[in-house]
Amino acid sequence: MNWEVLLPLIGFLILMFLAGLFTARQVTEGPGFLKDYFLGGRHLGGFVLALTMVATYGSASSFIGGPGIAYNLGLGWVLLSMAQLVTGYFTLAVLGKKFAIVARKIDAVTLIDFLKARYENKWVVIFSAASISIFLFSSTAAQWVGGGRLIESFTGVSYPTALIIFSFSVLVYVVAGGFRSVVITDTLMGIVMFIGTLIILAGTIVAGGGVPHIISTLSAENPNLITPFGADKSLTPLYLSSFWLLVGVGVVGLPQITVRAMSYRNSKAMHQAMIIGTFVVGFIMLGMHLTGVFARVVIPGIKVGDTVMPLLALKVLPGWLAGIVLAAPLAAVMSTVNSILLIVSSSIVKDVYINYIKPDASEQSVKRLSFSVTTIIGVLVFFVALHPPDLLIWLNLFSFGGLEAAFIWPVVLGLYWKKGNAAGAAGSIVGGVVSYILLDQLAPNLWGMHTVVLPVAISLAAYIVLSLLFQKNTENELSRQNII
Amino acid sequence: MDPRFKVSNREALMGIGLAVLNFIWWYAFAYGLGGKPVKEYQYIWGLPAWFFYSCVAGFVVFSILVYVMVKVFFKELPFEEDTYQETKGEEK
Repeated sequence: MNWEVLLPLIGFLILMFLAGLFTARQVTEGPGFLKDYFLGGRHLGGFVLALTMVATYGSASSFIGGPGIAYNLGLGWVLLSMAQLVTGYFTLAVLGKKFAIVARKIDAVTLIDFLKARYENKWVVIFSAASISIFLFSSTAAQWVGGGRLIESFTGVSYPTALIIFSFSVLVYVVAGGFRSVVITDTLMGIVMFIGTLIILAGTIVAGGGVPHIISTLSAENPNLITPFGADKSLTPLYLSSFWLLVGVGVVGLPQITVRAMSYRNSKAMHQAMIIGTFVVGFIMLGMHLTGVFARVVIPGIKVGDTVMPLLALKVLPGWLAGIVLAAPLAAVMSTVNSILLIVSSSIVKDVYINYIKPDASEQSVKRLSFSVTTIIGVLVFFVALHPPDLLIWLNLFSFGGLEAAFIWPVVLGLYWKKGNAAGAAGSIVGGVVSYILLDQLAPNLWGMHTVVLPVAISLAAYIVLSLLFQKNTENELSRQNII
Repeated sequence: MDPRFKVSNREALMGIGLAVLNFIWWYAFAYGLGGKPVKEYQYIWGLPAWFFYSCVAGFVVFSILVYVMVKVFFKELPFEEDTYQETKGEEK
């Protein structure tokens, strides 16, 4: 790798580091430490909210894995990726103002704060905290491995060194600045992701001799590449449609996304975020996956999908521009792990320690604890990523769908259905997670749909049936005060 | 019930409605036009028509629809209890 490419990358890492650190200085002063550290004091404006949601949601798979598959399967995979357009507006519209208002009334800082007040049940809190910690820890560690590998492949340093560089550039500002630093760096990274997409798409179209030429070359190689069914005809309409649940509307259940739905300043910010977020997420997903397909004409014959984007950037762009483009996947990984790290830390400090172990902890000790728990988790993730155990890789496979199956109904129906109660929520969380893991092991993609579909349906059935069966326990503080 | 919840319930339903429309648009163009044999494909800007309408136009149309939905139908509400109480007082 040459210096021309490396310099923009290093510049990017340093810029993120400084931006994170600079915003961190504002955190330690003033009252309300917890709300500030884990939620940025509910002050997010529209632009920042939109970019932090897109950046948290978009991960390495949007920039490396996804385009690599699109390279092999053709336009059908781009069609699939466009199921993600809804994430730009759906979560904010559905959780909407109600979640923001309720969160303020009960002073909720985390998703579990909301579930605790809504269901008043120890088991709901424990199941939630456990599934968030286990799944999100595995998924951070897996992303961490990905981040280390990216730096390794771009710079040529050894994997352990790459991992140290990656950890250092993420951990310091997350620990010091919490949510505020995370959203500011996320915003910058979102911009990098957007610009990177624009550059690589344009460069690839030019290098391929224009869109008509690229499409006719693809069609001559294998006509299926330009159909919605995939090069090998493996993409059925039902299978593709089921991704609307996994990567589209189901995102409502992901804790790292829902927490953002209680962090914005006012309804104007939410409105702006929906408009900006939809545009940005649509542009990135369409642009990156389409680039992956077009790459087939520019650099044919690549065997390993994950290497398509790095090779393409080096082939079609001058070195320094390639450096900017390659910063985009790194930005995507970093902006995902920083948020997840904070969620795991908040569920340990706020949801377990303060709720159950020491409710009267002083501001000072909570502060110390938050810093140290975030650090410990970060260091732990680093060591796990150095030699990832098989169990972790295995757990990570369930992280996305498992969390959706667990939380989508307790959150959405908890907000909008008065009769929902603790029995329903606990059953929904356990039923969703367990059925997801079992189905994935025993009958993956049953009936031609992605594995996530049935567990979400089972989770819904469990929520409704159990809630109705235990109706006499439904009344609680929130319903007495007419908050729900 | 908090009157703000009525607004928020309506907006949540609109969000679901837009997602359903989004899905129909995506599905109908992709498989309506793309299900034909490749020889009969038509092309717009060099892209197969099914892809152009479903993914490219779909992206543009729904970005605009989100804009319209938010600007025309979504209401601005105060979230904080105290400012909410104040504005209620002013209305009286």
